[in-house]
Amino acid sequence: MADRAPHPDSPELRARWGNFIWNEANQAKAKEIVARYPEGRQRSAVMPLLDLAQRQVGEETNTQGWLPIPVMEYLAAYLDMPVIRVLEVASFYTMYNIAPVGRFHVQVCGTTPCVLRGSDDLLETCYKRGMKQGHTTADGLWTLTEVECMGNCATAPMVQINDANYEDLTADRLDVVLDLLARGEQPKEGTQEPGRHTSEPANALSTLKDMVTENHDYRSAW
Amino acid sequence: MPKVTVDGQEIEVPAGATVLQACELAGKEVPRFCYHERLSIAGNCRMCLVEVKPGPPKPQASCALPAADGQEIRTDSEMVKKAREGVMEFLLINHPLDCPICDQGGECDLQDQSVAYGRGGSRYDENKRAVTEKYMGPLIKTAMTRCIHCTRCVRFSEEVAGVDEIGALYRGENMQITTYLERAAEHELSANVIDLCPVGALTSRPYAYEARPWELKKTLSIDVSDAVGANIRVDSRGREVLRVLPRINDDVNEEWISDKARFQVDGLTRRRLDKVWIRKDGKLARASWDEAFRAIAAVNAGASVAAVAGDLVDCETMFAAKKLLGALGSTLIESRQTGMSYPVDNLAAVNFNSTLAGIEEADAILIVGSHIRWEAPLVNVRLRKAAKRGAKIFLVGAEWETTFAAEFLGEDLTVLNNLPDYVNDTMKGAERPAVILGGAALANGALAPALALAEGWNLVREGWNGFNVLHMAAARMGALMLGFAQAGGIADLIAAKPKLLLALGADEVNFATFDGALKVYIGHHGDKGAAAADIVLPGSAYTEKPGTYVNTEGRVQYADKAVFAPGDAREDWTILRALADALGVTVGFDSFPQLRAAMVAEVPALGVEGLANYGALPAAVAGAKAEGRIAAYPIKDFYLTNPIARSSATMQECSSELLHGEDVLEAAE
Repeated sequence: MADRAPHPDSPELRARWGNFIWNEANQAKAKEIVARYPEGRQRSAVMPLLDLAQRQVGEETNTQGWLPIPVMEYLAAYLDMPVIRVLEVASFYTMYNIAPVGRFHVQVCGTTPCVLRGSDDLLETCYKRGMKQGHTTADGLWTLTEVECMGNCATAPMVQINDANYEDLTADRLDVVLDLLARGEQPKEGTQEPGRHTSEPANALSTLKDMVTENHDYRSAW
Repeated sequence: MPKVTVDGQEIEVPAGATVLQACELAGKEVPRFCYHERLSIAGNCRMCLVEVKPGPPKPQASCALPAADGQEIRTDSEMVKKAREGVMEFLLINHPLDCPICDQGGECDLQDQSVAYGRGGSRYDENKRAVTEKYMGPLIKTAMTRCIHCTRCVRFSEEVAGVDEIGALYRGENMQITTYLERAAEHELSANVIDLCPVGALTSRPYAYEARPWELKKTLSIDVSDAVGANIRVDSRGREVLRVLPRINDDVNEEWISDKARFQVDGLTRRRLDKVWIRKDGKLARASWDEAFRAIAAVNAGASVAAVAGDLVDCETMFAAKKLLGALGSTLIESRQTGMSYPVDNLAAVNFNSTLAGIEEADAILIVGSHIRWEAPLVNVRLRKAAKRGAKIFLVGAEWETTFAAEFLGEDLTVLNNLPDYVNDTMKGAERPAVILGGAALANGALAPALALAEGWNLVREGWNGFNVLHMAAARMGALMLGFAQAGGIADLIAAKPKLLLALGADEVNFATFDGALKVYIGHHGDKGAAAADIVLPGSAYTEKPGTYVNTEGRVQYADKAVFAPGDAREDWTILRALADALGVTVGFDSFPQLRAAMVAEVPALGVEGLANYGALPAAVAGAKAEGRIAAYPIKDFYLTNPIARSSATMQECSSELLHGEDVLEAAE
């Protein structure tokens, strides 16, 4: 995270993104989002709009999308707020990409539960494919980031690739997912554990056993 | 009003006070970094932890906790001591130990407070964080590794300056303070973040590695770069002024000064007049005082002598000149160099009557012909406060970038004769309406129509006077109080065709109009005045003489002498006193105390520090109509308005980089 920095401002960047405006669908969405906030508080909409802009850039570049400086300036003007405040928000949250990303943004969870369940192996798998943290591979296919908890601890370890979660991973299972993606196919999202549907207990029930059939009042047990 | 107990001492605090303020009222020192009286509360440094009961059994950040009735506050308990040591240790984790090479050393909050409240040593042996340098323009030097993330600079630029240019990027340990895309901070008050910074992250670029604070002689003085009369402290070493810092005066400058006031002082050592010069065959040649005085006496001007005072001159110099001319039998004195000729028989009509602090209270303001941000940046701060409180502000004149919500009514002054209904209604309906006239309005003769508006809107009422004139010259109000004005302005002097013209630091005069006169320039910088003069007598700048200044609201203030003038230069009054001898007249004073006593005897208001009373506004002239346009303002370049600033390398750099967008020159170029 320390080497996160906005993509440098350059004439080329201005030429590519300087005339960014909402496309028709997003124009309507943006209007609707701004309307959620009281009159005069329209700058509260900066977070959803940054996301929307990132997605529009993603559509144009066929990636998860990112936020070039001119796009942030466009947003600042759109919301009538200082551009430094937009940049502050965009640089604070890691879900806003402030530098270009590859076709697939591989976000490996590196928080405690995932590490305990083997996220180091997942990172190793990624490294073997030539990915490097915070960088995009030369073929433009992969960008690797280590992220903090994504809230899938019950199915740890997990990886988020663009907007899809892949859970219960092992090095081999991640390899399969990455292979499918590289071939242009869509792997199954969610848990990769055979027989598991979502985040239900992986084996036999170990807690709250009395709750299986009916609502049980545990208070007397306290 | 809540009653609280601080370390066993029961006190009553004002409603809305915080626990920190309660502790201060009780005389307890609470260490802090992010909290600042004039900024919003952030509560992010955690240094102000105290123990408060009732409440959770843990230390509380006192700056962000409202004082409530019955609170029992302890600042001396073991818990507080441990909490402070802990916070201090955390703050120092990433703070470099580079005090020996840090400019903040000796006046650093972090240094002082770690000595007072920190542990003796460090237990940290991991790597420290390092942050890349950030460019913030020619005035602010950064060493961002030292930053402790108090965000005072961010809050200052957003809340006080009104220009969102500094922000905090990234998060947590990686947080970095920067300007947008590392552009230069462009606001006129930008350098105040140097004072606000509690550590050495933001320091003064021109003053970098010049001196340590304990080496400096501190002299209390008054700023002359505009007519606000900001209270300053001049720090000097030997014969050189090294820097200028603001003093706190809530009535005048609060705690801020403009960048020009702060950084023009490096001009005090450049282009100085430190020798007597006499023009021979079209070229100025060095001479002695005797030769110069003989040359002046040789003109035999008699009563045909005139004096023009410049914008930076103190009252004593002007009074001495007035006495000298009086002894010679002349009354041809004027201070409005550029030809303005508004009536000055009633000074209330050309004064900032609301007072600088009072204008904050106004709820409807009409500004005519003033680029306030450039003419008086500190008044702009007050107007921003008024606007934040809900004041409606209208401006007449060419558009400029305001830092508050305001509406421009156009350049055409005739709009004053027929203001739109909603403006009229707002001004009429306001509880404390105010009008501010700038230099451009005075020059275009808008004083009379403005007075008519003032009468119509009833600007003067119980406890409120809303009629204001904002001057740009530090010397102006003092000059007017001393009668340094003619009915027709400087045109009267030109018409009198004097044989001898004394220019007291006057650089903006069109000297070609005084063709037949022997032009004697008494001043401190080799600027336009010296270039046009026949005889140059080296005088003192504002840091080199004691003096009385009257600011635009009629506040009489005194400045002390910080350093001696260079070379042969003398305090201006002594030159005029010697000239009196050379011309064979007596002026009635031989020392500075005598001069000041004589001045106070003639104008008693100059002897009392504080606001002078100019009486009631004159009655409006019936049928006064405004005409003309204000397409431009007198100040073309904020950073180069006076001879000192024009000689200052720092101000020239600011002008070229910040106003004219030229690239920064690297040392190799």
